[in-house]
Amino acid sequence: MDWESIIRNALRAGVNLDAAAYALAAIGLNMHFGYTGLLNFGQVGFMAVGAYSVAITVNELGLSMWLGLPIGILGAIVFALLLGLPTLRLRADYLAIVTIASAEIFRLVVRAASLREVTGGSSGMTQFARDFYAVNPFSRGTYGFWHFQFDERRFWLLLVVWSLIAVVATVVFLLMRSPWGRVIKAIREDEDAARSLGKNVYWYKMQSLIFGGICGAFAGFAFAIGTQSVQPDTYSSPVTFFALTALILGGMARVVGPIIGSVMFWMLLAFSDSFLRQAVNAGHISTSIMDSNQVGQVRFMLVGLALMLLPIFRPQGVLGDRREIDLDAR
Amino acid sequence: MLRRLLLFVFALLCAFGALGDVAAAQEEDSEPWSVGGTQLDPDREPIEGVVITVYTVDGEELGSDVTAADGTWNVELPGPGNYVAELDTSTLPDDVALRNEDNNPLSFTVRTLGRPKIIAFATGEDTRATVAVWRKLLQLAVDGVKFGLIIAMASMGLSLIFGTTGLTNFAHGELVTWGALVAWYVNVRIGWHLVPAAIVAVIIGGITGGLLDRLLWRPLRSRGTGLIAMLVVSIGLSLLVRYIFLFQFGGRTRGFKEYAVQRAWDLGPIGVAPKDLFSIVLSVVVLVLVALGLQRTRAGKAMRAVADNPDLASSSGIDVQRVILLVWMFGAGLAALGGILLAMSEQASFQMGFQLLLLMFAAVVLGGLGTAYGALVGGLVVGMMIQLSTYWIPSEMKNVGALFVLIVILVIRPQGILGSKERIG
Repeated sequence: MDWESIIRNALRAGVNLDAAAYALAAIGLNMHFGYTGLLNFGQVGFMAVGAYSVAITVNELGLSMWLGLPIGILGAIVFALLLGLPTLRLRADYLAIVTIASAEIFRLVVRAASLREVTGGSSGMTQFARDFYAVNPFSRGTYGFWHFQFDERRFWLLLVVWSLIAVVATVVFLLMRSPWGRVIKAIREDEDAARSLGKNVYWYKMQSLIFGGICGAFAGFAFAIGTQSVQPDTYSSPVTFFALTALILGGMARVVGPIIGSVMFWMLLAFSDSFLRQAVNAGHISTSIMDSNQVGQVRFMLVGLALMLLPIFRPQGVLGDRREIDLDAR
Repeated sequence: MLRRLLLFVFALLCAFGALGDVAAAQEEDSEPWSVGGTQLDPDREPIEGVVITVYTVDGEELGSDVTAADGTWNVELPGPGNYVAELDTSTLPDDVALRNEDNNPLSFTVRTLGRPKIIAFATGEDTRATVAVWRKLLQLAVDGVKFGLIIAMASMGLSLIFGTTGLTNFAHGELVTWGALVAWYVNVRIGWHLVPAAIVAVIIGGITGGLLDRLLWRPLRSRGTGLIAMLVVSIGLSLLVRYIFLFQFGGRTRGFKEYAVQRAWDLGPIGVAPKDLFSIVLSVVVLVLVALGLQRTRAGKAMRAVADNPDLASSSGIDVQRVILLVWMFGAGLAALGGILLAMSEQASFQMGFQLLLLMFAAVVLGGLGTAYGALVGGLVVGMMIQLSTYWIPSEMKNVGALFVLIVILVIRPQGILGSKERIG
């Protein structure tokens, strides 16, 4: 067992693209679920909208990638309106069903062979983020320290994404201290009370849905630009559940909860992945129990188990306050 | 007896003789390569005087012929190959038109020596397409009924569990998969016939549902875990179980040992495989029994009472926890049966239930979340809609239509077809 490499993999995963992008998605979910009490199970739909906006803007419309970003934000707003208009008046689990269904609709539509011309069908699109790397100020080389060393492209990407996370987290922090944030939390605690104070609950919920959706689109940008590819099947429902697990792990209704949660989540996953892979390769686990292909499936089981146990035994996660995280706000 | 035998031998000889004659005739006038046909009008009467010209694929004219009084025409060809024949439509009678203008000029290939290549220009109204439309729609409707009944059966438990406990069970799809996988295991690995295997799977499915309630959901209810928290737990359970299935069963789809491929029975205009017919009949029988059970038996009445108002039911002396346990067993058993029927038509896979889950939600929301019969109505509507929509949209998009309708229904009538208004709060 090469413990050194297991630890290194885990530490790197904590700052790498997955952790950063899921942090953005989880910040959005935190706005929905943690602060407003909205059950959005289609966060992956917002991510896909963001990612495909960038890809289609460059590959199909032939425009600059930078133009794809506002288009993606606009797309996320439209998606939020489409989701919210029918469901925000209804009980929370209806929103859950509709959001998961909408994300699935989006995935099925973009992977359809009849739309291959526009979306690339099931194989998706690649090589559309050159504009991003063209403005990379770092020259060729390795940057960072200790285990956290990355080449200039990855370093530039991570620097931008983590800076974006800092900005978004600051915005969330300020919003939640503002009167708007107090109304949002009041809606979570008691919708009727907020309504009786003359607040337009429906519209506040919609704003929350839009804000969190835009965070999801940011996560989509990060994935699309970071991997230089979009593929419909990477945007399927488990992605939302990963982000949800990261959020609950870190602690809901805390500004840094989703960020810490995502970092921990990916460190734990990378740890278990490398640990199992090494154990299988070294023969500590017999191949009759598990082969190296099956290691990847264990991660989903672990996430599922975490998603079962956390709400039961520690709904506040690492950072949250149990009094505030009454998961049954609605 | 002897005479009959002689007659038989004579007939046989004659037959051989006739064959010999034909062979001789063919060799004799071993005609050069040619193309021909008989031009008929829509009433299948021959048309005289129609000009048909034959070209090479490069457009070089090889010859033309005018149809005789019996409608026949024939043009000699230089040898085997690809040719094009064109019918001069101005030489057709005024009241006769070609059925399909796209087939004129008509390309054809000549390979066999001796006999003329026969080609035909069909005339009259384009009737084939219209026959195909309703035949195709009917066929799709039958598929839709089959699929809809499966959805209805699988989502009955989903709806009743919601009604009795308030839990939106995202792990219900895995109960569907579980039924199919157990049946597959007993059928293929142990080697039992599918029918006993299916019965075993349904029983195991029901027991699993009961155990889930007894070991997971009832303790959660009694410790006061919120509904949203339970919903998240059910998502976790779904993910965990689905990947355990993948781990054990592998990613590919597998069929049962029996009834994998069947020749369709010809039922008038449509063809239905016996297993599909069986699936429809069995679903109808089971659903009627379920409806009767809910309507007439004590347990069924108790289930409906708890689904309608748990507190009231409890205060009228119904053992709510026992009823919920029954609902779980019975819902999980139905889901397992739905899974087996689905696997019979589409093979078993580790994620078949999860793929069905959103359609089940669509059915349940459409029919009215929490009502027993809502799932039935909603399932049928969703199944029919999915299959019929493939007539107009590519089949890879068929589920999109169903999910889209789910959203539209929530705008127009959020309580569903059979739901009551106060449920949606």
